[in-house]
Amino acid sequence: MEFSRPVRWLLLLAVLLLAVFPFVGADYYTELVVRIMIFGIFAMSLDLLIGFTGLVSFGHAAFFGLAGYVLAIVTPESSGVSLFWSLPLSILASGLAAAIIGWFSVRTTGIYFIMITLAFAQMVFYYFQEAVQWGGSDGMFLFFRPTVTIGNTVILDLEQNRTFYYFVLGSLVASLLLVKRLLGSPFGRVIMGIKANESRTRAIGYATFYYKWVSFIIAGMLAGLAGYLEVTHTGTISPGYLAWHESGIVIMVVVLGGLGTLYGPVIGAFVFVVLQDTLQDYTSHWLLIMGILVILIALFLPKGVTGLLDQILYRQGIQNTNNEDHGHQDHRT
Amino acid sequence: MDLTVFLVQVLNGVQYGFLLFLVSSGLTLVFGIMGIINLAHGAFYMFGAYIVFWLNGVLGNFFMAILLGVPIMIVLSLVIERFAISYLYQRDHLCQLLLTYGLILILNEAQLLIWGSDFYSVPVPEILSGRIALTENQDYPIYRLFISVVGLLLAGGMYLVIQKTRLGMIVRAGASNREMVEVLGININLVFSIVFSVGAALAAFSGMIAAPVSSVFPGMGNGILIVSFVVVVIGGIGSIKGAFIGAMLIGLATTFGQVLLPNLASMVVYALMAGILVWRPQGLYGRTTSS
Repeated sequence: MEFSRPVRWLLLLAVLLLAVFPFVGADYYTELVVRIMIFGIFAMSLDLLIGFTGLVSFGHAAFFGLAGYVLAIVTPESSGVSLFWSLPLSILASGLAAAIIGWFSVRTTGIYFIMITLAFAQMVFYYFQEAVQWGGSDGMFLFFRPTVTIGNTVILDLEQNRTFYYFVLGSLVASLLLVKRLLGSPFGRVIMGIKANESRTRAIGYATFYYKWVSFIIAGMLAGLAGYLEVTHTGTISPGYLAWHESGIVIMVVVLGGLGTLYGPVIGAFVFVVLQDTLQDYTSHWLLIMGILVILIALFLPKGVTGLLDQILYRQGIQNTNNEDHGHQDHRT
Repeated sequence: MDLTVFLVQVLNGVQYGFLLFLVSSGLTLVFGIMGIINLAHGAFYMFGAYIVFWLNGVLGNFFMAILLGVPIMIVLSLVIERFAISYLYQRDHLCQLLLTYGLILILNEAQLLIWGSDFYSVPVPEILSGRIALTENQDYPIYRLFISVVGLLLAGGMYLVIQKTRLGMIVRAGASNREMVEVLGININLVFSIVFSVGAALAAFSGMIAAPVSSVFPGMGNGILIVSFVVVVIGGIGSIKGAFIGAMLIGLATTFGQVLLPNLASMVVYALMAGILVWRPQGLYGRTTSS
């Protein structure tokens, strides 16, 4: 997986813009950008599954919420915990959950996979919904953000919003580079092969089950990172974070941005968060408008915003807009 | 647990099982024949409950409310089929997922706009409001038995229609090979419309008869949708027989789970599903090649 030259420059430009944004944007918008970046990591992790492995997971919010819960659970009410162990712990918890759920789900395909991931995610949801020790349906508060200290020296003070902003930006860039690297490796070739034609990949001699399983676990862990950041950011976690509405929204965001592009879902997150923020000001029934939008995307924009940009950049998209093959890696790679 | 308590739990489990069967049979039919994964199915259940609440208030008669409510839901589902679902027949699952997810958002908000976010209850109709004695100190509400009987009649009726009539033959043929049915000169679009509206009507009807025992509230369709998914996955997608067995298993597992493992009750269902999937990934009555 390689980005084309214009995309590479645009991404670099985007990162530079994000890096200077806290100095020019108002606090409110800086906070909004943090939300976009966290949601971007979450959506990118799902893109690894849907866009590259061909697994439409409808339970991805479970891993997002689980890591958030782990952070909230290990943080006492009086002080923050060290990021050095709480971050790996949260991510590992999501990874473990993904390993268990994936072990059952990945052996199925298509519609079964969709329903099973949904059902397992609901199981996690109900677990936290009924876990009285962790706040039940009200959820929990995180009173202190994790600390990054070595000895007595504070390396990063995440309570500072600007420091936290750069920490999230760093996580986003690191995630993007990591997944890109992963997709360029032999492992990445195999999972893309599975998406294109699983029987053929198996016939060549790859144990496709394990490749899909590992891909599912990695995506779960990356979603866990996003969940950890989200709870650090908002200071609360509730079962709603794991609910299937979240899983539905993140699928929508991935498709809105553009499947199989990695950076597309981040653009999708941008569009979604800005739209949500704007619509909520006008009406409490903003979900109605969102619903109409989702339907329009499903019908008319299967390649998402990046597909549209590609058409504009290359002016050759007309023959590729056929709705049959929208997930395939065509001229972009 | 003595015998009468056990019996009551079995009756409860069977009643819940029949309700689940009515909802999930629609879901499995729509998938088996049309190849559509319909997330908005639970919203039909919710709308059924709200419509019966509304008509029961207006007409003052529960049965009249159902009689009038079902045709309303059929018309609504035909409109949705025509203007949204029919665009999905050639699309992949992801697209279906998105579009029907959008439909849920719209239907849920429509419900909030029409009826607001309050919880409502529908009274049990006079004639069925009594209780029947099982032993000298244990009785059972007649209305719950009524749900089971209606469920049984509908299940039997569906069996007859699907196995013994020409429409049923087309439906069965369509489930195994859509193209071939089309080639044989059957108007498959018409069949799809019928199947979709029957599925929606079944979901709405279950919402209607469930209204007096559960309350009527926003988002009530979501819970049942997910459990119906579990039923369909356990039974094998597209199989009515599988949906029946799956619904009974889940119905009994849920009620007994609540008695025996109250802390883990809502997880029992999913553990059961996981167990069955390890044994048979395609479900109890599913075909081995799933798409």
